[in-house]
Amino acid sequence: MRPYSIIIKPFGERAILIEWQQRVEETILDDILQFSEYLKNNYLAADDWELITAYNSLTIINRKELIKQEEFSLLVKKWYSEKEKIVLNDKFLWRLPVCYDVDFGIDLLHVSNVLGISILEIIALHTQNVYTVYGIGFLPGFMYLGGLPKTLEITRKETPRLKVSKGAVGLAGKQTGIYPQESPGGWNIIGNCPIPIFDVTKESPCFVSVGDKIKFYEISKARYDLHTIESEVGIYKIEKQKINA
Amino acid sequence: MLRVIKPGFFTSLQDIGRFSYRDKGVPVSGVMDTHAIATINTLLENCKNASVLEMTMIGAVLEFKEKTYMCLAGASISATLNEKPIKNNKVYQVDAGAILSCGKLTKGVRAYLGVKNGFTAPKVLGSVSYYKPITVNASLKKEDSIPYEVCDSFKIKSQDKYTSSYLEEIVLDVHKGPEYDMLLDKQLEALFFKDFSIAKENNRMAYQLNEKIEGHEVSMLTSATLPGTVQFTPSGKLIVLMKDGQTTGGYPRILQLTDRSIAVLSQKKFREKISFRLV
Repeated sequence: MRPYSIIIKPFGERAILIEWQQRVEETILDDILQFSEYLKNNYLAADDWELITAYNSLTIINRKELIKQEEFSLLVKKWYSEKEKIVLNDKFLWRLPVCYDVDFGIDLLHVSNVLGISILEIIALHTQNVYTVYGIGFLPGFMYLGGLPKTLEITRKETPRLKVSKGAVGLAGKQTGIYPQESPGGWNIIGNCPIPIFDVTKESPCFVSVGDKIKFYEISKARYDLHTIESEVGIYKIEKQKINA
Repeated sequence: MLRVIKPGFFTSLQDIGRFSYRDKGVPVSGVMDTHAIATINTLLENCKNASVLEMTMIGAVLEFKEKTYMCLAGASISATLNEKPIKNNKVYQVDAGAILSCGKLTKGVRAYLGVKNGFTAPKVLGSVSYYKPITVNASLKKEDSIPYEVCDSFKIKSQDKYTSSYLEEIVLDVHKGPEYDMLLDKQLEALFFKDFSIAKENNRMAYQLNEKIEGHEVSMLTSATLPGTVQFTPSGKLIVLMKDGQTTGGYPRILQLTDRSIAVLSQKKFREKISFRLV
């Protein structure tokens, strides 16, 4: 017996969308990731297919051919019903350093005023939780992180900035995240992470995958500079820990 | 080697796309007009994914450093090869030192140049397609050089059946998008019985449309988007994502363009009209 009822929808000529309940929940995300893994291992070879997981959905795209929607939809249903509980690929908890100096955290004062808590409290709250990666999109390596403490929820800035620095750590609504590259953006910036999230020179350019977890920890400006140099010359080792049983 | 004497308005190297990194947020990129690249690579008997130059609005001036065969396709363009006018959808032999001079595009906004066997620029994440910051540059600069292999013998076959009539089309064939069912009768009527015009905001990432339809208050969780996805913002604006478009989004996806319609739309400019037809 499957725990979830899924909805399958056509998505153009070469893609199909599978939706779980509209909820941000880790058990749902796990079920999606397991199904995705099962499909990749058994039916959908990477040469032809791309699978994209985000929150409560899995999108399956064929790179080479058009999909026969009705036929494929039936297959997906069958595959979901036959899927066994499989062991997922290793998932990791990544510990990422963030410098919350006001030089980087250009909206720290604003956030402090709006939320009525001190900057120290903001940093303590932001570094206390473990965040789950529910999706990667918007920009290469941009993580949609779930699990922000309620006290840190703040509306995005009325006028987006034309330039937000690479590595900027921001708050917006129920979300927190890191800008993997310089980009326009409307999030409230509270710090900066010196570790590149996306590096095209690496064979797997983005170390994070959907389903992984992120924990931030505070570093000084001196340490920020050190980690920046270490990253540039390629000797920084990101702290990680396996999390699946 | 192809030497860039003048880069034109916005010229980039593109193949059919950068696949397999969408789950890390990397857009597909690749040519906007897949019809044009298919024409070029068929005429030159190249593989389907051989890369081409995509020239936007104003063409480039280029020098061929080695012998090869070339072909232009896509938007109508006033072009000369060693000062002799040349046509789209035709293969020409070029000698070392030949100058291709492309001017304004007269119909359509993206013209394409291909050479025998494509350009041999290094791939980044499996594709040569320019997309900053995956590639260092977003477009070609003066004095850039793009490598290609020498080719001094190739038998040009009949080229009569290739036309650019798709540049005249204004109807975009679409499928229902995942959130299509949220649309009310009034919105459906506006969507399918009225023309839309292209907004100023149109580029390789997205084409916005000027005319709004009645807005909505539907909120959804962020989910995957594709080239050709029509996003519907709460204020009623329609945004058609294109090849450099983001891989996920939080706006309802009400329509999905066919591959061919993406090519047709990619040749439209500011103020030009289009309409949608459900297939």
